[in-house]
Parts: sequence; structure tokens; C-alpha cells
Amino acid sequence: MKVQFADVSMRFGAMEVLQHVTIGVEEGEFLCIVGPSGCGKSTLLNIAGGFLAPVAGSVTIDGETVTAPDRRRIFVFQERGVFPWLTVEGNIGFGLFDMPEEARRQRVAQYIQLVGLDGFEKAYPRELSGGMKQRVEVARALAVNPDVLFLDEPFGALDSITRLQMRSELLRIWRAERKTVLFVTHDIEESVQLADRVVVMSARPGRIRRVVDIDIAHPRDLSSTRYIELRDLIFGEIGLAHQV
Amino acid sequence: MTESSATLRRNVSRSRLLPLTGIFVALAAWQITVSMRPSLIPGPIVVGRAIGELAVRGLLVKYVVASLFRVTWGYLAALAIAIPFGLALGMITLGEMAINPILQVLRPISPLAWIPIAILWFGVGDVSAIFLIFLASFLPLTVATMNAVHNIDPVHLAAARNFGVPLRARVADVLVPAILPQLIVAMRIALGVAWLVVVAAEMIAVNSGLGFLIVDARNAGDRYDLVIAGMVLIGAIGVVLDLLMRRLERLDSVRWGYAAE
Repeated sequence: MKVQFADVSMRFGAMEVLQHVTIGVEEGEFLCIVGPSGCGKSTLLNIAGGFLAPVAGSVTIDGETVTAPDRRRIFVFQERGVFPWLTVEGNIGFGLFDMPEEARRQRVAQYIQLVGLDGFEKAYPRELSGGMKQRVEVARALAVNPDVLFLDEPFGALDSITRLQMRSELLRIWRAERKTVLFVTHDIEESVQLADRVVVMSARPGRIRRVVDIDIAHPRDLSSTRYIELRDLIFGEIGLAHQV
Repeated sequence: MTESSATLRRNVSRSRLLPLTGIFVALAAWQITVSMRPSLIPGPIVVGRAIGELAVRGLLVKYVVASLFRVTWGYLAALAIAIPFGLALGMITLGEMAINPILQVLRPISPLAWIPIAILWFGVGDVSAIFLIFLASFLPLTVATMNAVHNIDPVHLAAARNFGVPLRARVADVLVPAILPQLIVAMRIALGVAWLVVVAAEMIAVNSGLGFLIVDARNAGDRYDLVIAGMVLIGAIGVVLDLLMRRLERLDSVRWGYAAE
């Protein structure tokens, strides 16, 4: 197991947020965590990232207990995480402070190309759209070559068309780079489109209700019977009648 | 497109024309009032002549330079100490808890109240004046820097931590640029305060500067035209200083911190 959550519980003051979460994530796996808002899924990701310490249980990555953030595993926030005072280049090169100048320049150029931001090297974030800022943040994370990416509702602030584009971009990059990805979302469709497995959480205090294998090959046909079956299974598990 | 650029041009010409009109109307009103009650204050024409007299006697440049010299040193010393101090206080919660009450108590004390102590420590002369200017800009700068550190988006601090950047780079590449937009505003305000205090600082028996000019003109023969000339010069230079500071807000790396244009 690459990432192992072992009986993780969390409490903020008197409020129980997570109860006995145990799950392992394989190396190179794309795992989505879905659940109603406030179910503690972001908290779970923050614990794995080393930003919060659980009140009980532990998270181990490669057998090491996580105690602090580490540049081998990078957390991607919504596009708010880009530094507005740095250009696209400056942001993407931010984590490469210990690299020689020339290697750093090449690495930055490589990731600018990977996320399709050629021509925007010198642009500041305020000149970019939400989707482009999100690309900058993903590129900044990938540039340091981490083994694990944590994405906390990364596309939540984007419009629905951009969001669809960003999903296929992310899958393309994931296939190219083969990182272990933990992806938190409240969007069930998104989880079924992206994940190898979907962890469905209960309302607060968050527990794992069910883990659903998404056994559809990429690229996924969003009108296939299996897709709809799995999607409705998760809707049902969260207790939502799938109708408006 | 053409319509909006026409509107834009109209706005630009308005934004230049209206302030000039305002100044002209004020000058006219001043002149008219004075011509009705000449004992009130000298009129703008007389004051203009007084400024000309200062220029001819070589005092205009000398006094302006003297005042700017004191403000520059007092203000630069304040920047050099207040910004690192404020950054440290903002980063170290315990330090802030210990020192913030002292800052808050010192803040309402007018810099003028320090005049006797300045004289006691530094005697009468330039150093006392510079010390007062330093004090006046130091406190607001420290408090503003500290608050700006508190206002940094926690997401940016978390990202910096995640990438494991060493402390020096974290300060230089994250903390400082993150507070810079707020800091520039605070620097502008502090420079305004420093310039405000220069007059009082120069009333401590220095023998040059615009503050000295005002006191001296009154003492040496009730030259109220020179008094007002001094006031006008202080105001005008204050505006120029503020405009120069405002240019900093146009820098590419800080524009994100101000309302979208």
C-alpha cells in the first residue's frame, strides 16, 4: 500500500468529524473521496497531507507515519493556491528552489507545456482564467515530481464546461505521470468519471460507507449502462434520489 | 468601442481639468476675501511673491532640501527597523502577544510629546528632529506590517510549507510579497505622517527647513507672507511625495492586492 489510513478519527473541540476511517491506496491509484458537505473528507485529506494531526489512528505513506507536510506529496488547493505575486513561470518553479538554474528552467518549460500554458510564461495570475490558474497549480505540484497528489475539490470553482475539460486534462496527465492521486469532491459524476475506486463517506461524523470499484476503462463513455449503474449506486448510497 | 474610448477621453480630461479648476477657484476666493479684509492673512499674490523672494535669496532650495533630508533619514530608519520588526511580530504569536500592548499604548501619544525627551537624548539639532520623524512613522509601520502578516491567505502559507522552502526563501518569496500591497499603502501613510511632523520637529531650534521658516518668519518681524509660503510649500511637497509613493502601487507584482481595475 502506498497510502494507508489506519483507524483515523478526528475531532474539532466537541465536534466529531471523522470516525475510524481505514483504507489503503495502491501506488499509482486514482482514488476519489465523495460525501455530503461537512462530512470531513477535506479534513481527511489534510491529515494525509500532514497539515492536521488526527486525534486517533494514523496515516502512513510508504510505511512512514505522516507528521508534517512533505514535498514528496503535494496538496493542490482550488486555484486560490497560486501565488498572485509570481508569474506563471515563477509559480511553477517555486518548489524547485534547490535546482541549478538551467535544470530548473527546463523543468518549468516542460510542465508549462504539459498543462498547455505555452505563451503565458510571463503572465500574472490576475491575467488568467480560473481554469488556467488551476493548470498553473497542478503544474507547480507536478514539477517537484511528488509521488502523491492531494486534490481538494480542485475544480469546484470552475464553470461546468471548463470543469469537464480539466477532468480529461487531469486524466491525461495522470496517465503520463502515474502519480498516486487522492481526489476529494462532492460531485458524484466527477468521481465516477475519474477514479479507479470511489470512497463514499457518510454525513458527519464521517465514516466510510462503501468503497466502489469503477471497473470501466478510460476513456469512459458517460452514457454507457455501467457508468450510469455505478453513478446511481453512489447516489443511492449517499441517500439521494436521482431526480430533480 | 469608439463610444467607450470617447467616454474614457472625456473622463481623463475631466480628471485633469476639475482639480485645476478647484485650485483656481480656491485661489480666487482667497484673493477676493483678502482684498475685502486685508488684515486677515496675506493673499495668494503676496505669498507668490514671498516664494519668489525665498528663491532669490537661495533659501527655497536650501530649506526644502533640509526638510527632505530630515524626513528621508527619519523615514528610512523607520522602514529599516519597523518592517523586519513587524514581520517578526506577525510570525511569532508569543512575541506579538507580549509587545502589541506596548505598541498600542505608545500609538496615541503624539510625536510632539516626545520633543522634551528627544532634546534630552540628542540635544537640540538635526538628530532630535530626525528622531521625532522616525518615531512618528515607526509605530504605524510596525502595526501595519504585523497586521498584514496576519492577513496573508493561509492557503499560501500552507503551499509554502508543503514545498519545504527554507525559512529565508519563505520570508523573501512568500511573506514579503504577500504583504507588499498592504505594506506600500502603509508606507505611503507613514511618509505622510513623517512629512506632517517635520514642521514640529524643525521648531526645535534647528536653523533651516520649512518648519524653521514658519517659526522664524513669525519671530523675525511678523512676515506672515513667508509663514503662508512655508505652509503652501509643505502642502505641495506632501502631494508630490504621495504621488511618488502611489507609483509603487502600479508594480506588476503588487497589483493583485488592489481592487481590480
